[in-house]
Amino acid sequence: MAEHPRATAYRALLVAQVRAQTQYRFSFWLDAVSSSVVSLLDIVAVLVLFRATPALGGFSVRQCLLIAALGNVAFSLADASVGNIDTMRQYIRTGRLDSMLLRPMGVLPQLVFGDFAPRRLGRVLQSCLVLAGTLIWIDPQWTVGRAVLVVAAPLAGAVIFASVFVAGSTVAFWFVESGEFANAFTYGGRDFTLYPISIYPGWFRKIFAYGLGFAFVAYYPALALLGVADPLGAPAALAWCSPLIAVPAVLAAALVWRVGVRHYRSTGS
Amino acid sequence: MALIETHGLRKDFVVRRKVGRLRRQRHVTAAVHDVDLAIEAGEMVGYIGPNGAGKSTTLKMLTGVLSPSAGEVRVCGLRPVAQRTRLALRIGVVFGQRSQLWWDLPLAESFRLLRHVYRVPAADHAARLRRCRRLLELDEFLDTPVRQLSLGQRMRGEITAALLHAPRILFLDEPTIGLDVVSKQSVRAFLAELGEAGDTTLMLTTHDLADIERLCRRLVVIDHGRVVHDGTLGELHARYSSRRRVVAELDVPWNGAAAPSGTSIEAVEADAHRVTFALHSATAGELIASLAASGALRDVSVLEPDIEDVVARLYAAPEPSRG
Repeated sequence: MAEHPRATAYRALLVAQVRAQTQYRFSFWLDAVSSSVVSLLDIVAVLVLFRATPALGGFSVRQCLLIAALGNVAFSLADASVGNIDTMRQYIRTGRLDSMLLRPMGVLPQLVFGDFAPRRLGRVLQSCLVLAGTLIWIDPQWTVGRAVLVVAAPLAGAVIFASVFVAGSTVAFWFVESGEFANAFTYGGRDFTLYPISIYPGWFRKIFAYGLGFAFVAYYPALALLGVADPLGAPAALAWCSPLIAVPAVLAAALVWRVGVRHYRSTGS
Repeated sequence: MALIETHGLRKDFVVRRKVGRLRRQRHVTAAVHDVDLAIEAGEMVGYIGPNGAGKSTTLKMLTGVLSPSAGEVRVCGLRPVAQRTRLALRIGVVFGQRSQLWWDLPLAESFRLLRHVYRVPAADHAARLRRCRRLLELDEFLDTPVRQLSLGQRMRGEITAALLHAPRILFLDEPTIGLDVVSKQSVRAFLAELGEAGDTTLMLTTHDLADIERLCRRLVVIDHGRVVHDGTLGELHARYSSRRRVVAELDVPWNGAAAPSGTSIEAVEADAHRVTFALHSATAGELIASLAASGALRDVSVLEPDIEDVVARLYAAPEPSRG
């Protein structure tokens, strides 16, 4: 089968990046192990919390664990694909973005493929194993709908997270010294999705759950998998709306990105 | 339509300056100010000017990196920012500080990757690489990771990388800056040959006057974002009244007569045995013929004007009023 020439180019970038990374083998494994451990700690934190309280926002430990596991899979998928986009700030500050703009390829795919970090795949694997384990523990009443949901929800959630990553990174086009601003929404969003949204105060919940769509990453799909009603009274159908939220999220991110690139002011000579 | 064409090209940068403790004042400066350029296929153009004159900003607008604040740009008939990826296939760019090579990979590996990035047929790629390897003497460091290359080696690698897709235009920003003498000569000779072959249009910025004399048939001088000269090196000399000189060694002392028409006497030295004439309207041939007719001419040499002086004078010229 003939491959699209551009696909060949992106694959070549990917292979080169992996090869370049294996030049520093020790640091590669160190990163792979440490990032897996860190994301496992997020799950452990949920369990630790339940030593102090029997229920959280109206949810039991198993239910909370499912929410956390779904959120974790979604985040780790997004993080593995576009998470390295937070290096954009360095690209802009050092002017290396110029080099990317001079190549006959989109800047975003160059960042995604050219900076791909294989160590982050370990985290995807780890989060999928945790989800599988949680599902076995909970043993929901499996239906076709639920089986579809358990695959579709993390994918849609990953798209929502990826959109936040991309949109957040564009802040650097306007403010080179944007620091950790975008991380408040990406890593902040990850932490938000680990718990039932019913535990958060109103204004905060409004922004993160509904405004940025993080409620659709793990919370609503988990309700449907568990067969419980939303204590906040949202209709059950929302569990199926994650893909509908993901589409406008991607479009908005793409728009912000385009405007950002146009606004780029290269530094130095 | 010219290969590179701009009308009223302009780039404003907003600078925020601190006024008082908290207030900041917005201040708009034009890095490039109403630049009109028309560069035809096959030209070798030097784009020169002092630091901060707007050279790099112009090149970035021509290559699609920066969007202009105002004005029209067409490069290869394309709008650089809007049609950036299509343009990228038709141009090669060597910005010294912006490497196109993969830092951690051997040089040869970067070339192989670029073949995929630019979708070049394998045979064409191999032929072009072979030519660059020979002319730029890349073989001894082809398998070295780019991060371990010397500046001169890396620059030769960058030039090769920019040419493997046979671009119609090659943009170079300070291609010889910081290079050792041997690398400089090698790069210069290579670019001269490339330009003379006529298939590739060259546009380069440089501070090195030897680059200008060797490589640039046409000079565009920019200062404070405006074009202050656009023409040949000769026209630049004419405008800033730098003249060719003829030094005549005579058998008998110069008799103090008036200089032949179209020339003037600049110096009488060595007990009047050596006279330096500046050429105005007369050619060197006419002057030498007239001296030879007097029968006392022993030796003669023609001095080209020193471009260094011209450029120094140009840069020292008072800042034009800003609009």
